Amino acid sequence: MSLSLDDVKRVSNLARIEISEDEVRTALAQLSDIFGLIQEMQAVNTSVIKPMSHAQDVMQRLRADVVTEIDQRESFQSIAPKVESGLYLVPKVIE
Amino acid sequence: MLNFGLTQLSALLAAKKISSAELTGEFLERSKSLNPDYNAFITLNEETSLAQARAADAMIAAGQAHALTGIPIAQKDIFCTKGWLTTCGSRMLSNFISPYDAHVIERFNAAGAVNIGKTNMDEFAMGSSNETSFYGPVRNPWDSTAVPGGSSGGSACAVAARMAPAATGTDTGGSIRQPAALCGISGLKPTYGLVSRYGMIAFASSLDQAGPMAKSAEDLALMLNVMTGFDARDSTSLEREPEDYTRDLEKPLEGLRIGLPKEYFVKEINDDVARAVEAAIAEYRKLGARTVEVSLPSTKLSVPVYYVLAPAEASSNLSRFDGVRYGYRAPEYTDLNDMYRKSRAQGFGAEVKRRILIGTYVLSHGYYDAYYIQAQKLRRLIAQDFIEAFKQCDIIMGPTSPTVAFNLGEKSSDPVQMYLSDAYTIAVNLAGLPAMSIPAGFGNQNRPVGLHIIGNYFAEAQMLNVAHQYQRATDWHVRMPIPLET
Repeated sequence: MSLSLDDVKRVSNLARIEISEDEVRTALAQLSDIFGLIQEMQAVNTSVIKPMSHAQDVMQRLRADVVTEIDQRESFQSIAPKVESGLYLVPKVIE
Repeated sequence: MLNFGLTQLSALLAAKKISSAELTGEFLERSKSLNPDYNAFITLNEETSLAQARAADAMIAAGQAHALTGIPIAQKDIFCTKGWLTTCGSRMLSNFISPYDAHVIERFNAAGAVNIGKTNMDEFAMGSSNETSFYGPVRNPWDSTAVPGGSSGGSACAVAARMAPAATGTDTGGSIRQPAALCGISGLKPTYGLVSRYGMIAFASSLDQAGPMAKSAEDLALMLNVMTGFDARDSTSLEREPEDYTRDLEKPLEGLRIGLPKEYFVKEINDDVARAVEAAIAEYRKLGARTVEVSLPSTKLSVPVYYVLAPAEASSNLSRFDGVRYGYRAPEYTDLNDMYRKSRAQGFGAEVKRRILIGTYVLSHGYYDAYYIQAQKLRRLIAQDFIEAFKQCDIIMGPTSPTVAFNLGEKSSDPVQMYLSDAYTIAVNLAGLPAMSIPAGFGNQNRPVGLHIIGNYFAEAQMLNVAHQYQRATDWHVRMPIPLET
């Protein structure tokens, strides 16, 4: 398979990373090299192998449904880019 | 004193021959004088460090000292540290004063250790040379034209240059072991799940593991005693009885079976590295070990598999950096989507963006099975190889890195060449096994070579024993970079 400029633009949009026309070309060349390396995976027949999603075969732990967090809103918002009256501010989404 | 091990420093503190404030002051002075040249630290916070040292002195005076009380430790800038700038080597977090402590930081604080500073690293731990840091590259103390390795390059440099007696690192594909090898120090990546990831800024969650970096195996054991342990806040933290990792250090190695994977000693390995590793293995035979050939046939797939899985996990983890709740926000934008796109384009560096794009692609509609699921299946084969190999041997050895430290700029424009420098370390993370690198002499241009020691699951105490016995018989680990001795 080979990547196209449109693929790079589509993926940049999905990843919410602005990319200029110049950057698209550089990215395409580098990503194509990397996918050349990744392509080596396809030589192996894995039809009977179970995917391994994690390093340990353990079950997710459950915890009691109780409040464990304390209110730290002020401390957390003190490092936010833009806040007002305890709210995080972003550009208007709904007209 | 700057070359003393942790046990010696602890004894001096206990005997009141020196105070923690004096000890911390000495390491801070050295750090301040060397850091402009080596760039090992992103943040030094002298007043805070000295206040911690004085509190440690009070603990010692009150008879409440632990093994690391009063010892200065350098912390990789990936660990959230309350009240400290915590950047992860990125512009994205260049204004982030952490409101809380990572589990690892809490552990060192509770032990009375002193935080001597936050070390430089590849941006979001993505890199093998420390050249992707927003704060500039770190230089190798053995040769300032060489890279220190990465991503924990600042920690490796700080320990090698004796700016700190020990440091923390994190290892997703070799980020503790490869810089330890390239800087001539010791470093250990524990079994996945032994050290809590709480407050450790995530790269690839199924692979990330924190571990210690120090001059010797003995020091690593003392660090590991502090760092490991169950933490309910990390859903992958393992519930196990606490261990004393120093317990087996003095055991003789008579009868130890060392597995040598035939796939590790092939054309990819440079001659100078092969010679040093073979000499180290000969030393082990003198110590009573015997060697057996083992095979890890799927090893060659580990780099491609890793560069699907790690970017996939990273693209998901790094979606939290949106310029809303913390971190960098672009100064100008038109709407919400534009704010995300510009904040992330300006806040992330080239390598991080590259990996987010790879990850987004392999997880996108139509490609998921061909890439992500295929990689997960091959991950099982890679892990299975080790399980088979450990039926024939107790420990596996090889080179940590195929070459000694390369020059600054040598590989930074060629991502694939950079990725291949982790060919020996990556498989261990995919399998979740513990492994370490210890100094084993020097190669071309008198740059250090690391010996890679891979253990079975939870075999940390045995690996440390194997490393310690070698360090009793050799002196590579006490050598300091020549330019720093004057």
